[in-house]
Amino acid sequence: MIKTPILAAVAMAFAGSAFADEMEYMPPVTHAATLEECSACHMAYPAGFLPAQSWRVMMTTLEDHFGENAGLDEETRAEIEAYLVANAGRDLSGDGAVPQRISELPWFRHEHEEEVSKRQFEKAKSWANCNACHERAEQGIFEDD
Amino acid sequence: MKYLLILPLCLLAAPLAAQSTTPSDLIANYTAEAGVAASAERGQALFTASHTGGKPDTPSCTTCHGADPRAAGLARTGKPIEPLAPLANPERLTDLKFVEKWFGRNCNSVLGRDCTSAEKADVIAWLSSL
Ligand code: HEC
Ligand code: HEC
Ligand code: HEC
Repeated sequence: MIKTPILAAVAMAFAGSAFADEMEYMPPVTHAATLEECSACHMAYPAGFLPAQSWRVMMTTLEDHFGENAGLDEETRAEIEAYLVANAGRDLSGDGAVPQRISELPWFRHEHEEEVSKRQFEKAKSWANCNACHERAEQGIFEDD
Repeated sequence: MKYLLILPLCLLAAPLAAQSTTPSDLIANYTAEAGVAASAERGQALFTASHTGGKPDTPSCTTCHGADPRAAGLARTGKPIEPLAPLANPERLTDLKFVEKWFGRNCNSVLGRDCTSAEKADVIAWLSSL
C-alpha cells in the first residue's frame, strides 16, 4: 500500500527527465503541404509534440481553430492529417486525453515555469510563438542556448 | 499567322502559370463577376472598419494586418505578417489560389461570411492604390 505511491513517483520522475532530454530535439516538419499550410500564422509545430488523437481532432475542426478559420480543401486537409498522425508523439497522459495545445501540456508548463522572464514573454506575445524564444525551433532545436 | 505563333506559347505557359495573376487582373475578374466598378474608398472602409458578425477575437482586417497595409502586421500568435500592399511587397496578389484561400478564411473570421466579388475588387483596388 505504501510502496505504490512512491514507486509511481519514482517512475514519474524518471519518465519526466527522460522525456525532457529527448525534447531538446524534436524532428521538424518536413512534409511540404504541412510546412506550407501550417506555418502561415505560426511556425509549423513538430508533429511529435502532440499525440495522434489530438491531430485527428484538430484536423477536423480547422474552421474554428483557436478562434480563427484555418480551413483547407479536403485533399490537402487529409494529406496533412495523415502526415501529422503518422509522425505523432506518444500519448503521455495515458488516458486518451485530446490536448489541442502543446503549451498546456504538463511537461511544457514544467519546462517553462520560472524559466522565462516577463520581458521575454511580452516580446513573444504568446506561448504559441515558440520561435520567438527558441531561435532554432524551425530546425527542431529547443535546448538551452 | 499571329495566332498560330501565340497559341503554342500559351499552351506551354498555361500549366506552369495556372494560378499566377496580377492585382489588375484580379480587379478586372472580380469586377466582371460583380457587375459594378471597384471602389478603393469602399475597400478601405471595409478593411479598416470594426465588424460584429465574425469571430470575437478578430473584429477587423486591421487586427492582424494593421491599419497601414504598407507596413507589416502581426498575427495573434505574435508572428509578423508581411505588408499586404503590392508596392511594399511585390509578391502580394499574384497567386489566385492563395488570394482566394485567404479571402475565404479572413472574411469568415472577420465578417462571419464570404466576401462578395465586389468587396474583393474594392479591397484589392485600395491595396494596389497605396
Ligand atoms: C489562419 C491562421 C492559422 C493557420 C493557417 C493555422 N493555425 Fe494553428 N493556430 C492559430 C492560432 C491563432 C492559434 C492560437 C495561438 C495563440 O494562442 O497564440 C493556433 C494554435 C495552434 C496550436 C497550439 C499551439 C499551442 O499553444 O501549443 C497548434 C498545435 C496548431 N495551431 C496547429 C496548426 C496546424 C497543424 C495547422 C495546419 C493545418 C495550423 N495550426 C494552421 C492560427 C492558425
Ligand atoms: C517566451 C519564451 C518561450 C516561448 C514562447 C516558448 N519557450 Fe520553450 N523554453 C523557453 C525557455 C526559457 C526554456 C528553458 C531553457 C531552455 O531549455 O531553453 C524553454 C524550454 C523548452 C523545452 C525544453 C528543452 C530542453 O532542453 O529540454 C522545450 C521542448 C520547449 N521549450 C518547447 C517549446 C515549444 C514547442 C514552444 C511553442 C509551442 C515553446 N517552447 C515556447 C522559452 C520559451
Ligand atoms: C486573424 C488574422 C487575420 C485577419 C483578421 C485578417 N487576415 Fe488577411 N491574412 C492573414 C494571414 C496570416 C495571411 C497569410 C499569411 C501571409 O501571406 O503573410 C493573410 C493573407 C491575406 C491576403 C492574401 C494576400 C496575398 O495575395 O498574399 C489577403 C488579400 C488578405 N489577407 C486580406 C484580408 C482582409 C480583406 C481581411 C479582413 C476581412 C483580413 N485579411 C483579415 C491574417 C489575417
